[in-house]
Amino acid sequence: MSFLPETGPRRLPLRGYAVCMAGICWREALRFLNQRGRFLSALVRPLVWLFIFAAGFRSVLGVSIIPPYDTYILYEVYVAPGLIAMIQLFNGLQSSLSMVYDREVGAMRILLVSPYPRWFLLLSKLVAGICVSLLQVYAFLAIAWFWEVEAPPVGYLTILPALLLSGLMLGAMGLLMSSLFRQLENFASVMNFVIFPMFFTSSALYPLWKVQESSLPLYYLCRFNPFTYAVELIRFALYGQFDPISALVVAACAAVFLIAAIIAYDPSAGLMGRRGGPDAAK
Amino acid sequence: MQTDLAGTQRSALRPPEGPPALAVENVTHRFGERTALDDVSLTVPRGSFTALLGPNGAGKTTLFSLITRLYDNRSGAIRVLGHNVRGEPAAALSRLGVVFQARTLDLDLTVQQNLLYHATLHGIGFRRARQRALEVLASVGLADRAKDKVRQLSGGQMRRVEIARALMHRPELLLLDEPTVGLDIGSRAALVEEVRRLIASEGIGVLWATHIIEEIRPGDRIVVLHKGRIRAEGSHESLLAGGAPDLSSAFLALVGEAPSPSATSVGGEP
Repeated sequence: MSFLPETGPRRLPLRGYAVCMAGICWREALRFLNQRGRFLSALVRPLVWLFIFAAGFRSVLGVSIIPPYDTYILYEVYVAPGLIAMIQLFNGLQSSLSMVYDREVGAMRILLVSPYPRWFLLLSKLVAGICVSLLQVYAFLAIAWFWEVEAPPVGYLTILPALLLSGLMLGAMGLLMSSLFRQLENFASVMNFVIFPMFFTSSALYPLWKVQESSLPLYYLCRFNPFTYAVELIRFALYGQFDPISALVVAACAAVFLIAAIIAYDPSAGLMGRRGGPDAAK
Repeated sequence: MQTDLAGTQRSALRPPEGPPALAVENVTHRFGERTALDDVSLTVPRGSFTALLGPNGAGKTTLFSLITRLYDNRSGAIRVLGHNVRGEPAAALSRLGVVFQARTLDLDLTVQQNLLYHATLHGIGFRRARQRALEVLASVGLADRAKDKVRQLSGGQMRRVEIARALMHRPELLLLDEPTVGLDIGSRAALVEEVRRLIASEGIGVLWATHIIEEIRPGDRIVVLHKGRIRAEGSHESLLAGGAPDLSSAFLALVGEAPSPSATSVGGEP
């Protein structure tokens, strides 16, 4: 009969999973290309920090030799990994912001009526977001290279797994947050309350030993901030080194955030059906 | 009692037909204190046009959210072609096409890109999806708009694209949640026509939620939902059997301020 399926997964073959994830990444890429402003602002933001903030502080803040650096470094070189993590933080929250937006315009429903398991759809969304963040990070690194932020060549390769892991953590965090906020307005203010505190109470702008010298409570705050570990993971990886503690913390946080987000989006365990009325997830 | 509700049992007696396209059995859903759906049961036979008729706030969208598994049904059962959405969500969702009330197309992407994206969500690769996109667009009369951005389409055309998209993976059940909202009379009629043609050509079971009585034809199955309860289920003719002069008055009597004490079934077999 004509309506019997010729296409479409009835038993969800493995290949279908790959197609599904590729499709989600493809849509993200198309949207990304359509929003050049997003790419530009994602690039300009860290560059402003690099060109203006870091240049200004170059003379004020001396950074002594600490691992992974084996020589005195310019302040620009010190902040670069932090700015890379910032790109990922912004991107992670932005792609979950787009999920809140998707939910408001209903595109989220189209995603969630896919027969593939919900955890896989959310993971695919995350992977798509990470791919976009990789583009942004490498564009930033290319420009920073002309600004005397030069890592050893191998560093540009070894940073990749670090970026994947930190992107996963920050993206999963955004995903979890997007499940908790129903409307865009809430979310926009959360961006301010999350991004800046996270960025400032980390080792992105100043080494932790320096923070410890000036304020012990702040030091502990930085120590308990997962973003610090993302920054350090990226910093070491950019110089071809591996920081196991950072990797462990980032991986653990990524797992916790991801599982929490999947639970939040799961219809049987989740919060979606319990909150509000039929408008909750239109 | 209408025999429709025992669809699964019937299917055992009439194996060639198989289970109905959709069977909702005793589903209750609450949002906090508010009961959105109260012991709702209904059936959409294969290849039928079933209108889910109800005023705004009747619970139609909640029911759709449960069928599409946006929310979990905690009571009763929802079966798509015999597959329980709770136990076998993949089997159920892959046989289901949906047009939501809210517009869900990416405005900045082209018509074709929207369709391809949807196809990949169902595990259909790009090559096959491109082929299928041409077919479904042709069936809704939009083959020449494949490369246009969705933003450039009219409201009625967007709806047709959404229907085309819902058909990409060859569903056997199509749900439409007030699809004609915001359309002018001409596009509204055309859209209803379109969907009826699909039933005829593809044998799809359709559940069409609406509060516009004019969209219903003699021969359609009708389910009346009001304040979360089923007030009637049966054929167009059986709804009129109560003595009402036309469907509107029959409907108004069912959802009026003084409804009959229990949810009554007005009809038998469609």
